Amino acid sequence: MADGYNKPIPIPQPESDYYWEGAKAGELRLRHCDDCNQAYFYPRNICPECGNNNTSWIVASGKAKVHTFAIVHRPPHPGFMDDLPYVPAIVELEEGPRMATQLINVTPEPEAISIDMQVKVVFESITDEISLPKFEPA
Amino acid sequence: MPVMDRLKAISGSAAIVGVAESDRFGRTPDRGPMELHAEAGRNALADAGIDKSEVDGVFTSGGYSTYDIAEYMGIAPHFTDSTSVGGSSFVIHIAHAMAAIEAGYCEVALITYGQTGRSDRARGALNLYGVTPGLPNAQYEAPFGIIGPPIAYSMAANRYMHQYGEDRTREAMANVAVSTRKWANMNEKAHFYDTPMTFDEYHDSRWISWPFHLLDCCLVTDGGAAVVITSAERAKSTRKGGVAILGAAEGHDHAILHQMPDLTRTWGRNTGPQALEMAGVTHSDLDMAMIYDSFTYTVLVTLESLGFCGPGESPDFVANQRTAPGGDFALNTNGGGLSYAHPGSYGIFTVLEAVRQLRGETGERQLDDCKLAMAHGTGGLLSSTGTVVLGRE
Repeated sequence: MADGYNKPIPIPQPESDYYWEGAKAGELRLRHCDDCNQAYFYPRNICPECGNNNTSWIVASGKAKVHTFAIVHRPPHPGFMDDLPYVPAIVELEEGPRMATQLINVTPEPEAISIDMQVKVVFESITDEISLPKFEPA
Repeated sequence: MPVMDRLKAISGSAAIVGVAESDRFGRTPDRGPMELHAEAGRNALADAGIDKSEVDGVFTSGGYSTYDIAEYMGIAPHFTDSTSVGGSSFVIHIAHAMAAIEAGYCEVALITYGQTGRSDRARGALNLYGVTPGLPNAQYEAPFGIIGPPIAYSMAANRYMHQYGEDRTREAMANVAVSTRKWANMNEKAHFYDTPMTFDEYHDSRWISWPFHLLDCCLVTDGGAAVVITSAERAKSTRKGGVAILGAAEGHDHAILHQMPDLTRTWGRNTGPQALEMAGVTHSDLDMAMIYDSFTYTVLVTLESLGFCGPGESPDFVANQRTAPGGDFALNTNGGGLSYAHPGSYGIFTVLEAVRQLRGETGERQLDDCKLAMAHGTGGLLSSTGTVVLGRE
């Protein structure tokens, strides 16, 4: 674990361990329904659209655009105290699905960030097992 | 899909006959949540003039199962419902109570609520983090600092601003905050009864999670509330008579924020029209609306979702203090979650105020000739909604 890291840490589950292994390896892996022929997020074995198990994994390009964001000034958890203000966001991936993340390498001011701006994934290592997919301006 | 003919057939078959808060309300550092449930339950039964021994259906949510609360109160119910979908749960329980009474599962339904959000925070006991490893938010939202309602709702509000204009949305949020405070200034139970709010104070309040100022966010208080429901027939012989349940609808379309199909539309898009159609009335027939105001934005998105106005139109709908006392749309007349009370899951309080306005019990803030009201709860991260249409006469 990175020294002093005290934010919530994902615990890989049976349907997400491959996702987190990918993040650690620098890949953003998405579930794909081979019947619907579309990607979806978050990872689960059963397609939320059609309900079938005919699903596989693809590697996302890592390109996305900002769907929305906020600029947090009051920490919701003690671990984020030193990060204020920080920028949680939802991004829309090139492959279609939306995912929650955090924008980094941006100035945390409303004028400096815009919805629909192009971003790309970067992986931030927080433990030996876990890297978080965050996004920065493309 | 809901079968409207069958819903219309049970419209008005049950009535709300008792409502109450807990005696201790606002800040109760020496009282736990279960006592507030029980105190409110006792008060609501007294309001109805019904003895506890007659309660045969129990409904609750907000961290407790029905067997926890029923055991505490000394009730052994024949019908039990712990539906737990956030702050809308207690509005949804009304539909379930009506269905259970109509079907014959119970005759006297008691819905209880109690939370101590304010004192929990002081004690360091409030679990704001909601991080259960097996649930998706623990892996896909919390690690990025998307924890708790203020951040999630502010992210939705920013999307709304992007689509419909930042300045007019900001002005609308200010209008909601100030108009709601004016109602609280007429409610002696309100946390901010003695404290007015100016537009400048709204705009100058500190940032919590941009675009939310502090004064965009609901209170964190302590308190309990309860509602008693029975058949329309039996309601006639209760102490105050009944307020008829004319329409009721519920549902949800996601749990965690990024799964929400459209950050500017809630499931109220279904429950508003369904509850009104079941009641056989339209928006313009309503004398008032109680809309869960967890945040100023929640009011804007909900007014549109329920169909009071079209997408992007709520800034015009609430403009010029139209929803303040004396305005032509009576909204959140108790002072809302923003300025009256918000112990954690506020939904039940929308019902208390609607019933009291319909009964003519609200003193200084009483509306003239109030006969038809809507109460609407939102739960989770704009996830679930419950809508009821209530009427007198």
